[in-house]
Amino acid sequence: MMKDSLMIVEANTVRFDSIALDSGAALAPVDVAYETYGSLNAAKSNAILVLHAFSGDAHAAGISHETGKPGWWDNMIGPGKAFDTNRYFVICSNVLGGCRGTTGPSSVNPATGCPYAMSFPVITVGDMVRLQKMLVDWLGIERLLAVTGGSMGGMQALEWAVSLPERVVAAIPIACTTRHSAQQIAFNEVGRQAIMADPDWNGGDYYGKQPPARGLAVARMVGHITYMSDDSMREKFGRRLRGKEAFGFDFDTVDFEVESYLRYRGNQFVNRFDANSYLYITKAMDYFDLTNGHGSLAAALAEAQSRFLVISFTSDWLYPSYQSQEIVRALRTRNCDVGYVELDSNYGHDSFLVDVAEQTEIIRGFLANTFEKAA
Amino acid sequence: MSAQAAPKQAFVRELLGRSDYAIIGEIVEPKSRVLDLGCGEGELLQWLMESKGVEARGVEISRERVQRAIARGVSVFQGDIDEGLADYPDGAFDYVILSQTLQETHHPRRVLREMLRVGRRAIVAFPNFGHWRVRLSMLLSGRAPRTHLFPYAWYESPNIHFLTVRDFEDLAAAEGFTVERRFCLSGRHSIAMLPNLLAEVGVFLVTAGK
Repeated sequence: MMKDSLMIVEANTVRFDSIALDSGAALAPVDVAYETYGSLNAAKSNAILVLHAFSGDAHAAGISHETGKPGWWDNMIGPGKAFDTNRYFVICSNVLGGCRGTTGPSSVNPATGCPYAMSFPVITVGDMVRLQKMLVDWLGIERLLAVTGGSMGGMQALEWAVSLPERVVAAIPIACTTRHSAQQIAFNEVGRQAIMADPDWNGGDYYGKQPPARGLAVARMVGHITYMSDDSMREKFGRRLRGKEAFGFDFDTVDFEVESYLRYRGNQFVNRFDANSYLYITKAMDYFDLTNGHGSLAAALAEAQSRFLVISFTSDWLYPSYQSQEIVRALRTRNCDVGYVELDSNYGHDSFLVDVAEQTEIIRGFLANTFEKAA
Repeated sequence: MSAQAAPKQAFVRELLGRSDYAIIGEIVEPKSRVLDLGCGEGELLQWLMESKGVEARGVEISRERVQRAIARGVSVFQGDIDEGLADYPDGAFDYVILSQTLQETHHPRRVLREMLRVGRRAIVAFPNFGHWRVRLSMLLSGRAPRTHLFPYAWYESPNIHFLTVRDFEDLAAAEGFTVERRFCLSGRHSIAMLPNLLAEVGVFLVTAGK
């Protein structure tokens, strides 16, 4: 697989007969797209499940054989990196409801021969984890050395630790929460309304036609603002103008660099993401509440048997540190094994993706110690 | 140890370059549950994990030190010990260690009470402000004392609650704590006579009383 330190990776897909969902509905069949890096040891004790954030996919690391592009966490996963593929077997799959190989609203419903669109059942983070468990079972792995991810990936890691406690040795939730605040739901709702307000959305029925590109682009623009920080935007754009010396005094052209950047990211997103997946996945995030069915966060986390490493970032205002500290405090009331650090970074919520030097140091040590203890 | 004329100053070994660590390392029983408050980079906890198989937890306020502690495999969380103990259930630990930090806390009495709520025993090590060098420094210079144990100028010192061996014993008595063991150290020697005058560091093993 490895060539000149370049890790060329291929996507795989596995199909399961059906999956029962939290809503009471079922999907049959269901596909899950996944990639793996490194190799599983004989004891099958070195597997790490990496869980992607809202707009991520199964291509977490290495260079894609199909597209030539690096994975979304390639700076963290690979030989000698935080998730060292010389030591560990790393798995990443696209979430249920996604649009990058795993069954989602853009998949064809075998009952009708047409894409599900809005007839796709509403899914939850619990459903995502259930499908991941099916994949992990299928790969023959009894216990995961670690489950980890940032943002929505962190929520899935928490769900794993609580709902499948005997399957997880360690959980590393990064820049995440046990449930969305009103502010987090609000930003998601703005994104959903931007999509649904686009006439091209057409009640979700746009496959084979013009997709709601403008609505989806606006949704992504809002998202990008929440992923950055005031500091990082000032540093990156300031009030600099884009390709001009003076204001255009019109609305036809771009004035500011930041406008140009957001438009570019918005338009780029349209090419790789399905608008209906945007609706379904943000809904799943908003529904997520780890305390559901447990009464309190401490009671929910009392189910967990794993050790924890919780990480947050100083400039992350979308998933602020107090939300991570709530996790840590609840774990402490049960005297669980938990480490926590708020890393200093300017990059806002994006920090877990881009500011990886310190993250690497602590995760590497934590994993090595966990692996040693588990052996 | 030896039958010859009982030495006034018994030799104390060092652990990680510190004699108070050596005492703590001897006190802590194998396989126990240990919480270290102000654990720095987790060196002591790592030693206790590896040498005594303890279940180790730490609290540390400095982000950089927490990073290094976690990187060495110790479960440490970044937080303030003045308030960081509240979440723990009663009796969660066999030992709660506070090494060279009591004099830096805002509410030392509250911290000690909390230590003995969450832990069955507390181990407290602190620099003795009653040491003769401290007294002499103040007497001769007429200024806030500066010695090798208290090296800071008054305006940048992290030490906000100075105490002596005798002060600690008074507080323990007033609070109804039982001092199970006391070690008074000067460098690498154990002090038997005039400890409040001669000890640089006091190490106390304390329980919540009868």
